[in-house]
Amino acid sequence: MKNNKYINVLYILLLSFGITVFSGCERSFSDDVEFATFPANGDVFIDNFSAGLDFFPFVDAGADPEAFSVVTDEVFSGSSAMRFDVPSFGNGFVGATFNTTANRDLSGFDALTFYARASQAASIDAIGFGIDGSTNNRFQVTVNNLDVSTRWEKYVIPIPDPTMLVNESGLFWLAEGASFEGDEGGYALFFDEIKFERLGTIAQPNPAIFSGQDVTEQVFTGSSLVISGLTQTFNLASGINQTATAAPAYFDFSSSDNSVAIVNELGEVSVIGVGTATISALLGGVAAQGSLAVTSGGGLPFAPTPTIPEANVSSIFSNAYPDATAINFAPGFGGSTTETTLTSNNGDEILSYTNNNFTGIIFDNTVDASGLTFLHVDVFVQDAGTQVGLQIRDIGANQMIETDVNNGFPIGDDVDFRIDLTGLTVGQWTSIDIPLGGDLTTQRNNLGALILVGGPNFILDNIYFFTE
Amino acid sequence: MKNMNRKIISALVLKAIIIVAIGVMGSCSTDETQTVATFNNLIFEDEFDIDGELNTAIWNFDIGDGTAQGIPGWGNNELQYYTDRPSNITVENGFLLITAMREDFNGSQFTSARIQTEGKFEQRFGRFEARMRLPFGQGMWPAFWMLGDDEDGAIIWPQRGEIDIMEYRGQNPTEVLGSVHGPGFAGAESITKSFFLEEDRFDTGFHVFGIEWGPNFINYYVDDVLYNQITPDDVPEGGEWVFNERPFHILLNLAVGGDFVGSPNDETVFPQTMLVDYVRVYENTNAN
Repeated sequence: MKNNKYINVLYILLLSFGITVFSGCERSFSDDVEFATFPANGDVFIDNFSAGLDFFPFVDAGADPEAFSVVTDEVFSGSSAMRFDVPSFGNGFVGATFNTTANRDLSGFDALTFYARASQAASIDAIGFGIDGSTNNRFQVTVNNLDVSTRWEKYVIPIPDPTMLVNESGLFWLAEGASFEGDEGGYALFFDEIKFERLGTIAQPNPAIFSGQDVTEQVFTGSSLVISGLTQTFNLASGINQTATAAPAYFDFSSSDNSVAIVNELGEVSVIGVGTATISALLGGVAAQGSLAVTSGGGLPFAPTPTIPEANVSSIFSNAYPDATAINFAPGFGGSTTETTLTSNNGDEILSYTNNNFTGIIFDNTVDASGLTFLHVDVFVQDAGTQVGLQIRDIGANQMIETDVNNGFPIGDDVDFRIDLTGLTVGQWTSIDIPLGGDLTTQRNNLGALILVGGPNFILDNIYFFTE
Repeated sequence: MKNMNRKIISALVLKAIIIVAIGVMGSCSTDETQTVATFNNLIFEDEFDIDGELNTAIWNFDIGDGTAQGIPGWGNNELQYYTDRPSNITVENGFLLITAMREDFNGSQFTSARIQTEGKFEQRFGRFEARMRLPFGQGMWPAFWMLGDDEDGAIIWPQRGEIDIMEYRGQNPTEVLGSVHGPGFAGAESITKSFFLEEDRFDTGFHVFGIEWGPNFINYYVDDVLYNQITPDDVPEGGEWVFNERPFHILLNLAVGGDFVGSPNDETVFPQTMLVDYVRVYENTNAN
């Protein structure tokens, strides 16, 4: 407490020295200079909750509100510290934000600092500041996997751009748990002297979007995507380059051609015209590493409207028919590189696959296609020579997908039918009706999955089983 | 001279504004901030005010990786190959720029530059100072230093003496070191002291690094903070104070890697430039 007051006084003294020097040199201020008010309180938790501060555990997400306490037996400095008891694997996690009702002007500081130690070496999953429901976490900052040792050490989380933090409520947050069997859990984390400081040694900013990569995407007019991998990195006095994930609001995004693509302050890119545009960003006036070049050849046409009567159809994915079953189009198979997005093309939902090696569409409930004879699918590709391997899987009476992990073929009571979707015309929808042949000729009353191999880039629509 | 003084004054005003913590208290006169340095008869300067090439009437280039000089890695296992190419050393906008680059060059992974005044400017005693902005990152090792006259190779290091006015490790951006090397206190056993900047760093702005060197003393300062005095009393038993007899010449270089600093890592930014605003040497008019 004493320390902290001293710092504030010192800061005021420094400012007044500055003023004295200026006036001593008889230099006048230029007209556009405005002094900020004195920096508001940077304290978060010194020996107690600072002004207006309260504890908000992430109970809805499964955090244990009882895991947090203020202790006096294990402190770095002063009389008390924060303690979190991180449960063992499978018993939830600790997660909370500390917000103040007396909002702070943090623009005079350059970092959140704190001392921390753990009862065993640990890596904190996520820690930072700027959680604020009223602003949609507009200025959230997160450091992931912060290593903490069993000794008290000081940690520094730089503010990506302090000038923006003039009215802040979310002063500190963290989430830590055992995320897999064998991950650290069942230990205690301690924090002390949590505060915003002006260190003066936060330097060499190196912001990035798309994690510093230059990304190129073929897109359609009318589509939209979100800039990811937003980070700010500073070099600290310790020589460490500290990277933190920074909310989009810290960045100033721009498009090289606003007739092709526009980008808003949330980093959402909307493709509005034909051509190529490059999306780039600044943070605090510093150009971010990484960019997005989008090229649109026009809008994605609608897939042909299905004409088969609804009574003859069991639909998997189509806006033309009611669903026969819910599906999981992102099963997350081990080793899969596929990115699958469900997007709306002017109201018509489509499944877009990027960089597919293998993935699948898993049916929540099996489909009995005993009375049906074909699978219909519409495929759109943009690259010549694209082929997609399709496997229609009947998972049998036991309702389990059973696969030989060595060769991918069905085992147990599973059977499948395989076909390569070829002859796909670039820039057009190709409609394919696949007869339910092979082993499906005699077993297709428990259809449970469609497996998709290769491509690697394609769009699917109107997937349904039918009979003529 | 008149011009010169005005330049010093304006530099000091700037300094006073940057470093508000010293309690200048409304005065902009030079005297109060210059108590760290009392020698004021300017006898040598390079202001680097002419764009293009370095003034070779003052400076020599040291070229290579030290092999030709008989000290591969320049005696410290440094990784760079020094060149005189404009990409490694040039003068622009009133600054000397020494740039370290990551490139394969004559068997080295890095290039940079090193210059010295041997045979062109050598001086015993005086106030030696340079205003510089330093690079940052693991493995960056800039230095502003001096070596004693070796009498055409007759006197070998460390007998010739070495005065390191400023050394710095890129991974410690708030710390510089001032050291002397001589017989009995050379290499890792040098007489040395660190200076730490408060709430500031050496890679984000210019700072003045200097010594005032006279008979039996060397005073070290950064900006207007006198942070160390080295005298014969600091020399360990068996050592010899070798800083009273001979003239010394000036060196400026940006090394990459080496025993003092360690190798660069994946995060070290290349290319990176050390900027030198000026190098000045003053004599003590009172003593002479």
